[in-house]
Amino acid sequence: MDELGRLDTPVHRLDARAKVITTLIFIVVVMSFPRYEVSALMPFFLYPFTLLALGRIPFGYIFRKILIAVPFALVIGMFNPLLDRQTIASVGAWSISGGWLSFASIMLRFFLTVSAALALIACTGIHRLGAGLERMCVPQVFVVQLLFLYRYLFVVADEGARMMRSMELRSAGPRSLRLRVYGSLVGHLFLRSMDRADRVYRAMVSRGFSTVGGSASGGNGEIRVLCQTSFRWTDWAFIGGWTAFFAVARIWNLANALGRMVAGGGS
Amino acid sequence: MSHHLVEVRDLHFTYPDGTDVLKGVSFRITHGESVALVGANGAGKSTLLLHLNGYLTPTRGEVRIGDAPLTRATVVSARRAVGMVFQDPDDQLFMPTVFEDVAFGPLNAGLPPNEIEHRVVSALERVGMSHLRNRPPYKLSAGEKRAVAIATVLAMSPDVLVMDEPSAHLDPRGRRRLIELLASFKHTKIIATHDLEFVVELCSRVIVLDDGKVMAEGPTVELLNDEALMLAHGLERPHSLRHLHPH
Repeated sequence: MDELGRLDTPVHRLDARAKVITTLIFIVVVMSFPRYEVSALMPFFLYPFTLLALGRIPFGYIFRKILIAVPFALVIGMFNPLLDRQTIASVGAWSISGGWLSFASIMLRFFLTVSAALALIACTGIHRLGAGLERMCVPQVFVVQLLFLYRYLFVVADEGARMMRSMELRSAGPRSLRLRVYGSLVGHLFLRSMDRADRVYRAMVSRGFSTVGGSASGGNGEIRVLCQTSFRWTDWAFIGGWTAFFAVARIWNLANALGRMVAGGGS
Repeated sequence: MSHHLVEVRDLHFTYPDGTDVLKGVSFRITHGESVALVGANGAGKSTLLLHLNGYLTPTRGEVRIGDAPLTRATVVSARRAVGMVFQDPDDQLFMPTVFEDVAFGPLNAGLPPNEIEHRVVSALERVGMSHLRNRPPYKLSAGEKRAVAIATVLAMSPDVLVMDEPSAHLDPRGRRRLIELLASFKHTKIIATHDLEFVVELCSRVIVLDDGKVMAEGPTVELLNDEALMLAHGLERPHSLRHLHPH
């Protein structure tokens, strides 16, 4: 993800704020559809796909990341088909209940919003994103939390991988773990990550990072980045263009319109 | 005002869990000196180093950097004067690329972009790692990581370099390069280590630390040649001093 964030493409060169605002509008619009809507959501895939394509981000990589989060969406949507059995639509001999329709809608929205958020991070880089948020007057505490969450995720994963390896080496084959061992493992992981996080923080502090405001160095927890971008007309065009598209796609069902056009042309 | 002076006076430190780690340490290191802090594991070396840039606050006694005592008010300038190279470079390198990592300190100091660029480039050149500037730090070898970690500190142009086990995890070639690199620095150097051959080559003075106290202090060759002293504090007489003619 870090390496993708450093690519130099037209999308990467856009100001972080423009991308954040557009993505927020995107998420709000996607969420505003009624719960049985499926087809009208389809045109919205254009936004994440355009970001990824112009940003030269591999689709497969982002797709795998999305799959990690799928269980959460499944849990939210899985009872809909059971509870809501009223038939709403039918395709040929198949009748589709409202539950399945709303389930499909939830999954679609999940894919849309998560892919847009991931595309945003991949096309901006977490540090530029943090700096952008800060300039949008997001309280510094939240921005610093976000950056540390991101940074320490790798730290914890690293510790975890090392512990699993040493455990596997001593556990004689792929026997399943006893619960007690798991408990101790998780506890150790927590303590070790704490220690490591502490050392990383120490290294940051000794290079002038400080979260206490008003220090003489000016390094008061501010996230500083090298290539600070400024708002240009392309950024305005980016926000304006996409917002216009979202508005059109929200008001008219573009997928249906396209379908009618193709069908009309064919007959 | 010169920052090159480091003085520790009657330093005591007790961890919150009640472990007494430092029990009255005093020493004075002057401009341009290269001093080794040796001692067995758990002697208190790392804890002592953490006092030198104000990360830990002494329970009793004081640390003086330059002419001023290290207090909450002076901690910012002290951290700029004292560059810390930590034991594990993985703790020190946390940015997405080598360049950004080296730029982290100068950025926090609020320097203008062209000055930052200049500092990063010259720090990386100094340690011979310019070709790695766009690589992610976690993909480097141990020797490269160590060199980049040193560059991150050099970019802040410190007056004093403090290092914790700099030669740990390095292969002989990496270790040799590190010795040559450190020998070329004019900074005041404080090196905590139990690699005594490393000390023989780099440091003119040695402070032996054991059980939170300074046990001995003096010229490197004289002290490290004292077999009884070395053994008593979990160390040993370096091979190179045992045989004065190479074999």
